[in-house]
Amino acid sequence: MIEIAGLTKKYGDRTAVSDLNLAISRGELFGLLGPNGAGKTTTIKVLTMLTQPTAGRIAINGCQLPQDERRIKAMIGVVSQHLNLDIELTARENLELHGRLHQIPVEARKQRIDELLDFVELRERGNDMVQTFSGGMKRRLMIARALFHHPQVLFLDEPTVGLDPGVRRRLWGLIRSLASEGLTVLLTTHYIEEAENLCNRVAILHQGKLIALDSPSSLCQGLGEYVVEWLDGENSKSRFFADRLTAAEFVGALTTEATIRRSNLEDVFVELTGRKVAE
Amino acid sequence: MIGQVWTVFWRDWIVLRRRLGRYILARMISPILYLVAFGWGLGRNIKTSHGSYLDFIVPGIIALNSMTISFNAVGTPVNMSRLYHKTLEEYLLAPISVGSYVLGKVLAGVLRGLISSAVIIILAYLFGAHLWPNGWFLLALFLNCAVFAALGLVAAMMMNSHEEMSNFNTYVLTPMSFLCATFFSANQLPAFLHWGIEMLPLTHASYALRQSGMGGKVPIVSIIVLVSYFGLFLGIGICQMKQVRE
Repeated sequence: MIEIAGLTKKYGDRTAVSDLNLAISRGELFGLLGPNGAGKTTTIKVLTMLTQPTAGRIAINGCQLPQDERRIKAMIGVVSQHLNLDIELTARENLELHGRLHQIPVEARKQRIDELLDFVELRERGNDMVQTFSGGMKRRLMIARALFHHPQVLFLDEPTVGLDPGVRRRLWGLIRSLASEGLTVLLTTHYIEEAENLCNRVAILHQGKLIALDSPSSLCQGLGEYVVEWLDGENSKSRFFADRLTAAEFVGALTTEATIRRSNLEDVFVELTGRKVAE
Repeated sequence: MIGQVWTVFWRDWIVLRRRLGRYILARMISPILYLVAFGWGLGRNIKTSHGSYLDFIVPGIIALNSMTISFNAVGTPVNMSRLYHKTLEEYLLAPISVGSYVLGKVLAGVLRGLISSAVIIILAYLFGAHLWPNGWFLLALFLNCAVFAALGLVAAMMMNSHEEMSNFNTYVLTPMSFLCATFFSANQLPAFLHWGIEMLPLTHASYALRQSGMGGKVPIVSIIVLVSYFGLFLGIGICQMKQVRE
């Protein structure tokens, strides 16, 4: 569905994305994981034509960028990292504007607005000004807006940033339901839990480069499914094990207190870069 | 194309319609002050070749007011939309042409300029001014609004902060407001300044509005200058919109 070959984006001397190669299948829920400045948002901006690549080839559903710009715009939906709804309009008017921009006929527009306000549970607030909405409500409305024209690919740039845990989980449910209906979803996140819970596959980016690509479970299993952590003097140490039994045997041989837990994508990132995702 | 322009215009019309009463009320303050200060106060003892000073300055006030309103109706919101609210992305992501967006925004700015000018014309009659708007007058007014709405879009795309937008107003619009044959004839200026002033669009808007508003023949050169400036700013605006993707 999405093919990226040799994508590079430079801002002056700084390389934001370097020689990125990815192929994302139809119906896949794909995550770009990495710390701030890793190149996730730049990648989304290039894919959605908000910025031009320095080098590389991109195709979405067989259409090439930038030649098929209009066709690609009609088949993608974008939820930006910024809450970029029009605060001078109501929720309905925001959706109406989007429908008009995508040349959706009047009757279909009216029906779609009601459908989507129901879907994101904002029907009762449809006629309220967007500036009165909470962050979570705005984010849900942005998802509704991005879905308005029945896109084949949905780009979500840090969809749950700044939201409290309850709202975040509610949005995860919404995103899962979209993917289960066959929509291809490409999301960026720096939340480990989000990538692990939502994504079929994850590409880990660091300083603009792809450093790992696989399913969350495979990436973790590559290190070892279990990790033992202990303190050696003032230094925190860790070691990975393929199974819990071996890990427990190792702990038994230690002279200090140690914990056993399942490995996660944070461990993968730390192993590959020596840094934490949140740093 | 027309449908896309209408959609961009529609958004601004919805916002304006919601606050039309307040908008009209706010547009009355500045013209009333001009009319009181320059028409009744200062102008009571001034006679011009056009009759009373009030009759002379009303077209000038309409020119400068429609300039400011049309410029700010586009410049400030588009600049905010590009830099702060990021709502410009909604249009950049949509399958519409750049020209549609630019034209839609310019027409929305023109509408605000025309409403504001209508308010001034009504107030001018109440103050006792003699003005006879005809087709040429409306054409000159429309073009003046269009020129400065397009310039507002150019400035919104060029300026990278709210402060820079404010500086553009200070260095470009404010000097024009006072010098471009609005409050006095440009002939009274020193030759070198007069020559420079004659190159500016607001001067020609003032000439065209004054001549046509007093029942005279509209200076065609002024109309040509306004059309040329409009084409120039529209073209630059479209180019800048295309380059807005870094």
